[in-house]
Parts: sequence; C-alpha cells; structure tokens
Amino acid sequence: MKNGFWIFLAVFVALGGSWCGFVLAPELQLGGAKQTTTLNSSDVYPVGRPGEANQGLSVYRANGCAACHTEQVRQTGIACVMTLTDAGKNPEAVTNLISSLKLTGLTKEEADAASDKISAAGGKTEIHIIATGPDIARGWGMRQSVADDFLHDNPVQLGSLRAGPDLSNIGARADANWQLLHLYAPQSVVKGSTMPPFRYLFEVRKIGREPSPNALKLPPEFAPPAGYEVVPKPEARELAAYLSSLRATVPLYDAPISP
Amino acid sequence: MTLNVMKTPDARAETPDPKIDASLRVPLLALFGGAAFWLVVSSVLAMIASIKFHAPDFPAHCPWLTYGRVQPAADDALLYGFCIPAGLGVALWLFAQLGRAPLRGAIVPVVAAKLWHLGVLVGLAGILSGNSTGFAWLEFPRAGSVILFFAYLLLALWAMMNFAARRERALYPSHWFLVAALFWFPWIYSTANLFLVAWPVRGVVQAVIGWWFAGNLLFVWLALVGIGTAFYFLPKFSGRPLQSYYLALFAFWTLILFGTWCGIPPGAPVPAWLPVLSSFAAVLTVVPVLAVAAIAWQTSRRSDAPSLECGCDAPVAAPAPAGRAAPMPADGLVRQDKATRASHLPYGDGASPPRGFIRFGLMSFVLSSLMLIAMACPRISQVTEFTWFGPAQTQLQLYGFFAMTMFGAIYYLLPRVVGFELPFPKLARLQFWISMAGVVLFVLPLAIGGVEQGMKLNNPGLSFLDATRATLVFFRFSTTGLLLILSGNSLFALNIFAMTFVWEKSLVKKAFAVVTAPLERSSTSASLPSSPGFDGTRRRDKEVQA
Repeated sequence: MKNGFWIFLAVFVALGGSWCGFVLAPELQLGGAKQTTTLNSSDVYPVGRPGEANQGLSVYRANGCAACHTEQVRQTGIACVMTLTDAGKNPEAVTNLISSLKLTGLTKEEADAASDKISAAGGKTEIHIIATGPDIARGWGMRQSVADDFLHDNPVQLGSLRAGPDLSNIGARADANWQLLHLYAPQSVVKGSTMPPFRYLFEVRKIGREPSPNALKLPPEFAPPAGYEVVPKPEARELAAYLSSLRATVPLYDAPISP
Repeated sequence: MTLNVMKTPDARAETPDPKIDASLRVPLLALFGGAAFWLVVSSVLAMIASIKFHAPDFPAHCPWLTYGRVQPAADDALLYGFCIPAGLGVALWLFAQLGRAPLRGAIVPVVAAKLWHLGVLVGLAGILSGNSTGFAWLEFPRAGSVILFFAYLLLALWAMMNFAARRERALYPSHWFLVAALFWFPWIYSTANLFLVAWPVRGVVQAVIGWWFAGNLLFVWLALVGIGTAFYFLPKFSGRPLQSYYLALFAFWTLILFGTWCGIPPGAPVPAWLPVLSSFAAVLTVVPVLAVAAIAWQTSRRSDAPSLECGCDAPVAAPAPAGRAAPMPADGLVRQDKATRASHLPYGDGASPPRGFIRFGLMSFVLSSLMLIAMACPRISQVTEFTWFGPAQTQLQLYGFFAMTMFGAIYYLLPRVVGFELPFPKLARLQFWISMAGVVLFVLPLAIGGVEQGMKLNNPGLSFLDATRATLVFFRFSTTGLLLILSGNSLFALNIFAMTFVWEKSLVKKAFAVVTAPLERSSTSASLPSSPGFDGTRRRDKEVQA
C-alpha cells in the first residue's frame, strides 16, 4: 500500500488545507458571532424573527424559493451628500466656500475634507452616506448584505439565481397582504410575472355562514366561482410573515449608510 | 520516493483476462442500471421545471411538482443518481483492469449499489415532499444522506481493496485521480452533512461550507473521476502513450491543490478574505485545466500506430453465431477476425461512440472549467452572478463533461463485462449526436441569455421584468436542448436495460439447461464455478466442449 499511502497523503495535504481555510477558519472567525449594534445607536441587530416568520423560513426552504430568488444585495460603492446645517457666525464666508465646493457624489475622503474646510470657516455640516449600485437603485435594499444579516437564519438561504427579484428588502416594499395575493396568483399583482402560482398553499372553500376575514380579495379574473372564497393555509401566512420580515435598511458598521 | 510507474494503460497488458471482466459483471450492472434509471428521471424532472418558464400555471396545484422542488430534484438526480454511481462503477472497472486483479466478494458492491440507489430514492422523495435541507447540492434529507454515505464507503472500500490486491503493481496516472476521488467524497460529504444538517453552524458560515462542498464535489470530484477515466481511454483510442506521465501528475497535483479552494463567489456577504482567496485559487486553476487540454491534445493526435480502439482488437466475448463454433485461441478468448469484425463492429464504421463521447467530454471539461474560472473574476462576476450563466456552466460540467465521459466509458466497457455486444449499437451512435446537440442547444443559449440578463439587471433603468423576459427567448432553445438530452438519456437507458435483460435471459436459459440436462453432463458443469459472476467463463468452456 505504499503507493496508496502517497496518494492519500496528497489528498490529505490538498483537501486538508482547504478544509482548514474554508471550513475551520470561517467557523473560528464567525461561528461565535454575536448580535451587533446598528450604526450610531445602541439598538441590537439582528433581532430574531417573530415565531410565525421563523416558521415561514422553513416554508421558504421546503418549497425551494431560493432556486429563483436571492437574498443578497450587492453594492458597487458609496456616495456622500453633504448638507449645511448651521451657517455659523460668518454665513457669507461659508456660503462663498460652499459655492466653490462639490456637495454631491463625493467619496468619503472628499466629503470629510470639505466638511473640515467648512467647519474651519465656522459652519456645521452633515454627511449622508448613500450606497450605490444597480441592486440599490432597484430598491432591493439600502445597502449591501453582510454576514451580520444572516446570524439567526437556519438554513441560510442566500440563493444563486435571480429568475425572480432579490428578496432581501421585500418586507419594506410589500406588505403581507400583497404577498398572499402574489403567492396565490402572481399575475394578479405583477402583470407578466413568470412566477409559478402556489395555489396549494391556499384553500378554496365554500363560503360558510359569513365570509372568512382572511379570505383574499382577488381581482375578478382570478377570483374563485361565486359562493367560494380563497383562504390562506397556515403555511401561506407563515411564508408571508417571513417575507414581510425581510429588510435591508439598517445601517451597520460593516455597511454604513445614512438612514 | 521511488514509484513504480506505468506510462500506458496496457504497458504490460498481456491478453485481457475474462475473469476480471466477469467478476465485475453483477456490481457494474447494478450500479449502471440504477444510474441509467435516475438519468432518465433527472431529465424528466428537468423538463417539467423548464416547461414552467413557458407556462407558469403548469401543475400549480401540486406541491410535489413546484419549480423549487423539481429543479433541485432534477439536479440531484443527475449528480447523485447518475454521475456518482456511474463514476464509481467505472472506477471499479479501471482498478481491476489496470491492476489485473478480479474483484473479490462482488456481493458487497452489489448490495452497496442497491443501497446507493435506495438512498437516492429516499433523498428525491424527501426533496419533492418538501423535506429538502435547503442547501444547494445537499438537498437530500438526513435519511437519504446517511444511506448514501455508507453505500459510498462500502463501494470505495471494495475499490481500495481491489487496488491493494492489484497484481500489476505499477501505477498509471488514472490511479492517482481515482484513488484521490475515493477519499475526497467521504471527507467533503461528511463535513457538509455534519456542519450544515446535523449540527448546523451559525449564519453565513453555513453558506461558506456549502460553497466549499459544492465546489469540491462538482468541480474537483467530477474532474478527478472524469479526467482519470479519460486518461485511461485516450491512449487506447489513439495508440499513443499518455503525453506525458509527468504532465499528468502535474495536472493532478495542481488540480487538487488549487481546485479545492474554488467556489466562493466574489460578491458573497462574507468576510472579504474568503472570496479573494477563492478567486485567486480559481485563476491558478487555469494551470491544471490547460495541462489536461495539452495532454488530451498531444495524446489524441493522429498516429501511425495501430489503434487499440473498441471494435478493432476488442476481446468482446461475443456469443458465437449460431451453429458455428468460433476457433478458440490459446488464451481462451473469442478473438474476432477481420470478417467477423466487419459484421460485428459494434458501432458501424467511423469514429466509435466511446471515442466521440470522451473527446466531447474533455472539450466540455476545458470549456466549463474556463467558464467557472471566469465567474470567479470580480469584473465578470458583476455581470454573470445570479444569472442563467451559472446553471449553463453547471450543466456543461455535469452533463457535457462528466456524463458524456461516463457514457463513452460505459459503452466501451459494458459489452466486455457482460459478454454480449450492445443490443442497439446504432442507438448508441445516435445518442452521441442527440446528447451532443442537446448539450450545445441547452448550454449555449443559456450562457448567452445569462450574459444578456446580467447586463440588463445591471441597468436599473430597465425593469426587472424586462430582464426576465429577455431570457425567455433563450429558454425556448434550452428547453429544446433538454428535450434532446431526455431522448439521448432514454436511448442510453434502453441499451443498458436491454443489456441487463439479455444477460438475465441467458442466465435463465442456462439454469434451465442445467436443470434439464442429462445427469452425466450436469456433473461436468457442477465442477465449474457456480457464482453468476463466472458464467462468462463457463459459457466459453462449454463452447470449447462443443
């Protein structure tokens, strides 16, 4: 077995190396990660999802939503916008100074330098940091996703394909009611959507003594026949709660933005 | 260290030993039969998934057939159902051939093969019923994974025991690739299952381990087995020794050293050093890919040496035409003379399917690896990440490279192992063209569509639906490609199943003959080995008696 031993050694060196690098090291670095605080405040982040939303993650997993949707926002950079909050004792000098300076689309360094000049002249300024990039411009999030965002998720559903839009910030864009309509009949709220309907998460039933308060208010062409109503099953409600809990709006030290 | 090296697969190959092939018959039929079944299942599932893009309402009421379950099930059926058992079967055969040692205790790999396919069944049922783990390429629920793991251990153990017991002690480069692959899978599969499913780690570490696992399985494991197999067949087809032994070892070392670090996408929401390191390794992976390309090119150049190709010198122990006993050479093999060869040539004239499959597989390997490396470059990833370019690359890697290489190897070895020629050799030829057209028609439009989708997604002025709608045109082509792949897979399965059927029929016939034979005759056959694994030898012995 001498030759077999050499091959085993080769495997051990090569795979062992990458095991240490991509399994052990990330676990040592992040495995014990704790909640962090949001930028410039003492609020902890991320707070756990409410129970129903947490169960919604498992509906999300079971139905393979991540096959078409990502939950990670990319950003290409940041841009700073500077505003004058107080002109100080010598407003004329400050105004003259400001008219000679660029105030939007600055890098952080440029903004800091300009801010220093104005404060030397006695004015007070505020710097707003705005994340840039196509994902941000689409409203998919106010900043890029970072490791902290996924602390409580199990399994972490990053996704790798955008056959549908990114969902990191879907909670800020749509409410739970919209989610239910969209799950039952995607075309009823997004014309031309290619998402398959998830009708099996709903129950179409005869209206009883009085209509259920949870029944969907569907446009006529998607509505069930008269006398029937569409009621979401618990899975649908959980999934909608989970989707509503997804937000990418919190400023963090790793991904600074001005709210 | 001094190694005893073998520079061509047949360096000291005296005459092929029918006992070796016969000892592998039942395990290989068990492995390949199930693999062929899952191959068809995977393409049917992929078709269902693909149709959903043209008609999203198509079975909307059935949770089992929702896109998010069917698509991962199709991927896993291809990877775990076909690729891995086919690779293990081919590895078993290659070890026995290169080491000139018959497989002992063939019952264990047979049981392991059945167990493996049971694991795939459990896993797929789990995904379709909504019990997926939610990790890409690791969706099988716990029960399925545990079965797969132990079935793999048994198969790998038997392959290693055959490797240890080899009579030809010298090593051929294929040995390196295949032995490494045997060790590779249990390590990555247990790591991924322990840290993601059994005792899940927290947060994005899950994603990092998931990428590490998927990269090592889809890129490294498949490359080790596929390239190891191709390195055995290339010299056989061209009649030239592998060009060269040391370049092959260099490719092996660089592949396992660099390839194993690939897979973390550049934009991932993880500490920046992880994707940077991964991209760097991906760029270095160009080295083994080019080395493999150079070896393939140099080895398969036209040569004047007599070709050892399938069909020519093939020790196919074909049943002698009825009423005419073949003259038996001293080595006990039915060697075909030119005239019989012309009538028996398994695949007609011209390039044989095994050769075509393996060549196409190697080209796909180089191309799909270059696509993978390109996707690891931050600039390109800006466009291709999250688009259909990724699935196109995966399909080229799994099907274009690995499955095609396995088709070639199986079409080559199965007639030798079972002792019958392929029932439908013309269909094997047809499958080559259909599968090749299918891969091209699936991968090319999807890759182009992916780039277009990526560029549109990067332009926030265009609505998301515009970007999605742009890909639908390309989907028409790729669905057609999938249809071709499905037909090709069915042809493959047809040949494998018919082969199994013919073999089973011959067993029944023989059993019947033994039972009904007069007493004095049956006493001679009783002295022959009675294991079904040896019935090839038995038949030939009978022919001698005749």
